[in-house]
Amino acid sequence: MTATFVGMPAFPEAARRALENAQQRHNLAHATGTIREKRASVVAEVDEWEGLRLAGAAIKDHTLRHLDDQLLALESALQERGATVHWARDADEACRIVADIAHAHDLDEVVKVKSMATQEIGLNEALAAEGIAAWETDLAELIVQLGDDLPSHILVPAIHRNRSEIREIFRTSMGEVGRPAPDALSDDPADLAAAARLHLREKFLRAKMAVSGANFAVAETGTLVVVESEGNGRMCLTLPEVLVSVVGIEKVVPTWQDLEVFMQLLPRSSTGERMNPYTSTWAGVVPDDGPQEVHVVLLDNGRTRALADEVGRQALRCIRCSACLNVCPVYERTGGHAYGSVYPGPIGAILNPLLRGVGVDEQTDSLPYASSLCGACFEACPVRIDIPSVLVELRGQVVDAHRGGLPKPEAVAMRGAAWVLSSGTRTARSERAAAFAGRLLDKMPGGRRQGERRVLGTIPVPGPGTAWSQTRDVPVPAKESFRAWWSRTDGGDEA
Amino acid sequence: MSARDDILAKVRAAVGEAPEVAAVPRDYRRPSQSSGEELLDRFVERVEDYRATVTRCAEGDVPRELERLLDGARRVVVPDGFPWSVPGGEPDEGKSAAELNDVDAVVTTSSVGIAETGTVVLSHGAGQGRRALSLVPDLHVCVIHTDQVVAGVNEAVGVLDPLRPQTWISGPSATSDIELSRVEGVHGPRTLHVLLVG
Ligand code: SF4
Repeated sequence: MTATFVGMPAFPEAARRALENAQQRHNLAHATGTIREKRASVVAEVDEWEGLRLAGAAIKDHTLRHLDDQLLALESALQERGATVHWARDADEACRIVADIAHAHDLDEVVKVKSMATQEIGLNEALAAEGIAAWETDLAELIVQLGDDLPSHILVPAIHRNRSEIREIFRTSMGEVGRPAPDALSDDPADLAAAARLHLREKFLRAKMAVSGANFAVAETGTLVVVESEGNGRMCLTLPEVLVSVVGIEKVVPTWQDLEVFMQLLPRSSTGERMNPYTSTWAGVVPDDGPQEVHVVLLDNGRTRALADEVGRQALRCIRCSACLNVCPVYERTGGHAYGSVYPGPIGAILNPLLRGVGVDEQTDSLPYASSLCGACFEACPVRIDIPSVLVELRGQVVDAHRGGLPKPEAVAMRGAAWVLSSGTRTARSERAAAFAGRLLDKMPGGRRQGERRVLGTIPVPGPGTAWSQTRDVPVPAKESFRAWWSRTDGGDEA
Repeated sequence: MSARDDILAKVRAAVGEAPEVAAVPRDYRRPSQSSGEELLDRFVERVEDYRATVTRCAEGDVPRELERLLDGARRVVVPDGFPWSVPGGEPDEGKSAAELNDVDAVVTTSSVGIAETGTVVLSHGAGQGRRALSLVPDLHVCVIHTDQVVAGVNEAVGVLDPLRPQTWISGPSATSDIELSRVEGVHGPRTLHVLLVG
């Protein structure tokens, strides 16, 4: 099972709290607005962008359709080049494998490259329970870890912290776990980065084992790829003697040549750069260069469940670029914590229920409602995941799961996004959402009538959420369509 | 059942009966329009866009340019097979990470340059050194020949060997983690000079 953040309230409640935090909203609006602009300009540079998106989606679909063969090919390519391949059904098995490798070398610490998969399985906590410290080395992850905090964005996990908060975190906490921050530390980002460089260098130089994820794993050759900015990834992948990479089974791509597509799609979609500063690739053990003991843990943890969902399986194309977060009007206002998962935003709203299953916990079941179905995420997605369609499908599944006995399909539905985005009395829905709903109603199994009720849950209505509208401090849109308001006000920044 | 067999069985149950998917459309592979000088100009412009510096020079001027770019570095590590002599340069000799941490600069050659993205790729063979060499010192001087510069990512992937370890470098190490304000130099070399030869 994938854990939700412990004690995290369901989306609407968490979103309400987040909306009250003006600092976070300010930071987020600034950050997502900046990345959106950068992305738009570098995407516009590429004439073949649509062709690349189509190819990216098709490569992933092909891989997923033949995932058994692809995984077996990857396994044998890795083994041929001296890597040890492990398979983990769930988070517990994966954490066990990593801990055992550390124990085998008698280690009480490892360094880590930012990786969604290891966050998803709660590796740091599992290792801590075994007496092994896992040091995050990505600057944002370091801020999150030292602040005893939770990540709020896939790409910029500390997006909710501003520079003076970060300075405080460094001053108070660095000394407890290693080299302290310099006395005269200012809140200049360059100064803060320099403090992190010194603090972490000590850890890199003595590290015996590193744990990473991988952005891609090439079945044909056993080549793993890590895409990063700071160089902490290179440090971890190069300096220690032992390297363990935890790789979701959906990360496999068939051939080396296929990377040409993803190495164009990912950096431009993610950080809005033509290319990220550093990308490392390696195939197993490289004699006399880097770690001489290399492990790869192939992780399921709900992915085969998602794969079995005919509509939802496209979510496994995701390359974790976070473009959908940055264009999402709901995410921008609530921040990542409201989603209660390491996968926030539009992708989190579909991926978490797909990985965990619906009808299990209220938090997960509320996520498919964390959207206005405006469609911006689909347009931004480099692998063309039709997130709105999957959301509507999952809403149906949530409602079905709560039929018979459990009281409140509509209450569970909560219309989370509606309350964030609309005035409490406004019942108009965006034309786009209506179009989606109409299209999907016709496709839904069980006929239009059943479908109708499902989708009705998405329409903003006054009612049980009135309490929200009283505390809500989002800009109230004028009487124009959401999309029109959105583009006129630059995502609400000027409203 | 082993975890491996279990996962594979679940994969087969999930998609074994699914319809075959369409072939991958490769229409995005359009041959580049630009060539020669245009390509090199773009490469230079895009590398500089990351706040790295680029110097163009003739083959014969490489030693002089290296000396200039390395000015101020007390200790310089030179990988085996580096084609030019670097006065005062030290060979690698399997230096530990801690030893490399006391070295100021590294010189390397490279395998491919990508004009479209301003990227140099090292595949860590002769002249390029093992991966740690171009990582730990704070200054990296990277030499590339004009005929190694290709138009885009498609072409670069086509000539690179997936069995070699690779480092794709686009400017100096950077972070935007603090309020998205870009800071050059976190863990990798804080300064990158590219020397474009020919
Ligand atoms: S769903 Fe698409 S846009 Fe969102 S993170 Fe994944 S790949 Fe990026």
